[in-house]
Formats: sequence, C-alpha cells, structure tokens
Amino acid sequence: MADRERRMTPPYGGVFIARTTVLDAAQVHRALTRISHEIIERNQGLEDVVLVALQTGGVEIARLLSRLLFEIDGVDVPTGTLDVALYRDDIGLRPVMPEAETDIQIDLGGKIVVLVDDVLFTGRTIRAALDALTDFGRPRAVQLAVVIDRGHRELPIRPDFVGKNLPTRRDEVVDVNPEGVLLGEMRK
Amino acid sequence: MTNHLINLADMDRDAIQELLHLTDRFVEVSGRPIPKVPALRGRTVAMIFFEDSTRTRMSFDLAAKRLSADVIDFPTHTSSLSKGESLQDTVETIRALGVDALVIRHGSDGLPGQIAEGVGEAISVINAGDGLNAHPTQGLLDAYTLCQHFHGSAGTEASLEGIHVGIVGDIKHSRVARSDFIAYRSLGAKVTLVAPHNLQPTDTENWPVEITDDLDSVLPSLDVVGLLRIQTERMGESVISSVDDYVDRYGITEARANTMRDDVVIVHPGPVNRGIEIAGEVLDKRVNVLVNQQVTNGVAVRMAVLFRLLGSGVEID
Repeated sequence: MADRERRMTPPYGGVFIARTTVLDAAQVHRALTRISHEIIERNQGLEDVVLVALQTGGVEIARLLSRLLFEIDGVDVPTGTLDVALYRDDIGLRPVMPEAETDIQIDLGGKIVVLVDDVLFTGRTIRAALDALTDFGRPRAVQLAVVIDRGHRELPIRPDFVGKNLPTRRDEVVDVNPEGVLLGEMRK
Repeated sequence: MTNHLINLADMDRDAIQELLHLTDRFVEVSGRPIPKVPALRGRTVAMIFFEDSTRTRMSFDLAAKRLSADVIDFPTHTSSLSKGESLQDTVETIRALGVDALVIRHGSDGLPGQIAEGVGEAISVINAGDGLNAHPTQGLLDAYTLCQHFHGSAGTEASLEGIHVGIVGDIKHSRVARSDFIAYRSLGAKVTLVAPHNLQPTDTENWPVEITDDLDSVLPSLDVVGLLRIQTERMGESVISSVDDYVDRYGITEARANTMRDDVVIVHPGPVNRGIEIAGEVLDKRVNVLVNQQVTNGVAVRMAVLFRLLGSGVEID
C-alpha cells in the first residue's frame, strides 16, 4: 500500500498483515504489459501520451509502465508525479507528506494524460487529481490506469485500464508492489 | 504542543526541518502555471499589524490567497482600537467573526504569545514580528533560502552544517537577528554576530555565540553575510553617532566587498538602505545576493506555516 496509508492507520505506524497473495510478481508484470498494450491501442500509438503518477503508490507503477511502453513501442513517454494532498476534500484527516512531491515539467495542454495509481478505491483521490490537473493545462483527454480496482466507489469515477478487479471488504487493505499484490489488514 | 507560531525558540530542530521540507512543496506550487491550490478553501485569515509593514504583510496575504483562504485586514488606525477598545476585546471580536488564524505584528515583546494563550485552541496565532523579540517566519525563510542556495532545496533534513554565517548590524534591536540566529543554529550553522558594542545584545547569556565588533576580522571567512536593516525609526540620535561612522566600520562598501570570498552569499530582510548596510554597486554586481529570493521564498514559507497550522491536522511541536 502507499506509504500514506501506512502512516495514517491509527496509531501511525500500524503493521500490515497479509492474508492472501492476489497476484504474484509475474502476474503483476503480465497485467502491466497488457495495460501497456491497451494504452497504445486506445490512443493509436503514444503520441501526446503523458503518464502522471499519483503519489505515492502510483510512482513505482508508472515507472514500470513507462519502461514497458518503451520496450513495446520504442517511445519514451514523458512521466510526471502528482500529489493531491492540497486538493483533497478530507484535508486534515490524512497526513501530508512533504516528500511526496509534484513534478510535472511539461504543459499538459492538448496532451492525453494517463493517471496511474496502484489501487482505485473510493475515487476521491482521482477526483482531487482531476482538479489538480487543471492547474497544469487543459489535457485533451484524461485516462486512468490502476493495478487493482477494489470497488467501494463514492464518486462517479471509473478506470480505463485495470490490472485486476478485486472484491474487498471496506476494512481490508490492499498492498501493491512490483513483487506482487497482497490482501490483508492493518494491525496495531 | 500548540497550534500557534510564536517563536522559533519554542520549536525543536525536527519541527523546523519539517516546516522547511514542507516549504519545498509550496515552492513547487509557486512555480506552477496556476500557482494556487484549494487547500484552505473556506478558512479565514485575519491580519492585524500595529507596526508598518509592506513585504511581510503582502507576503502573508499572498500566501493565504494562494492557499485559497480568505483574508481580512484589521485596520489598526481607523478601527475601534483607536476608539479605546482594548486589544483583548478586539481579539474576542475577531474570534466571534469566525476567523481561523490571526497574523499579528506588534511593537511589544511577547504580545502575540499572550494573545495565543488567551485564545487557546480557538484560533491559530502567527507572530509576524513582536517588538525586539521574534520574527519567526523571517527566520524560517532566511534559513530556507540558505538551504536552497547550498543544497537546491530543504529536503528531509535541512542542514546548514559547515556554513559560517555572520549577522551584521543592529543586533540589539533586531527581532530578525534573534529568529535568524535560532533558525541557523538549529540547522547546525556557525553563527557570528557583528555589531558595535552599543548595538550588541545585552541578554548574551541566552546567546551561546561569538560576538565581535570587528567586521573586517571575520568577513573573509564568512560563507554568508546576513545584513540587518539599520532601523532609523527605532533609534534615538545617541545610538549611532553618525551614519558615516557606521558605514565606515560595518557597511559593505566596494572596498570591503573585495575582502569577501567571491562566492559569499548576501542576505538582507529588506528594505535595503543602499549606501548604508551595503553599497548599491555591491548589491547590484555580486552574484550571490539573495534578497529577491528571500522575498519569493517568504511566500512559500508562509504557505507552509498556514497550511501546517490550518490545513494538515498536524500541530507544530
């Protein structure tokens, strides 16, 4: 899971207890490879495509996607990072992490932005990200790629590219990393 | 411990480092095509300045607005204060208006701290300068500016280790010097205070620091020259016998500038008295004059402070 979730679990510093392995490393790699092909297919190439990783869970995923896109199509897709802490509707409830930096070097006007995150849950992060993106220009389109869609949406938001749909309980925690996807819970 | 920012002396090194690291974030926001975020939408910041201020007030104003907070100005000259209302009653009124933060500057040492005690948790009080005591956001922004110069940004562990800073001028009457000193020292810098005898602080037992009245002896070894404004409005005639004498011994004249290291960094809280603290030619020609950078960073530092106090749900400790 993202470092932020690790910290916000009260008291800060809860321990993640994995119960089941949902995807192993090879399956994560295959899912990201498929997503890469889908991104290329949907956009008929990679012209004007920009990856924007959501801090902090999307950063590593976007790095892997960018490498795969290069292997498949030979295009070095511009990649940025975005922290939406300043745009959230629950400011004050989540710790703000100074090290989760926003780094978008290019004008997003006219681009196809693929937002990348590890887990899609309530949709509130994505809502905040859509707000934040407008401060960097007017993209031609915004698409969403996630490794896991775990349901429990609270807003009318859906992903364009999904590694795996995973039914979960609300109190469960999904941990995505390149070595695999784990389902479990936080304990004190 | 508190939801106020009164004096850097109340904060430990970790808390200062964390605020400076948070400032990195707002430097990034300030560089965006649209340098404004909705983080403090619906919050209200009241500004109450009993002493004249241009840049600090504008800086706080802009910081609040870039966080989407609303700002109200409490005019001290035309308000009910001049009709005899007590300050405490005024603060109660501001509280009743539903204000979230009070940015206050006052000529009396310790007054913002007293107000903070009075209002408790209800409002965040931010000291924008009290008497000769403290100017915490200036100390933070000066420390940030130096970290940025030497390291590119503050990073997770802002540090000024190995940096020798000389603070030059009227130390005795300078809240900027006090807050700068605390900020620099907590980040590991070596600090030397340079002032004529009668402008050296008298409370030196609280200042574990080198003090000298001989600028020429330390100038060549300094990495940073922190100049203070000669505050003519604060002093009677007796304090500095003549401006010429001061310039002769403490002004960064062209001749004196030649004894400084080529890469020496010059900071000044502004506004600069050209020809007194520093010669106009030196100010314009030297490469590492960071005066404008200080002003720019001031907005980001104050955004970090406002956000930390009002927005993040985490208290400064």
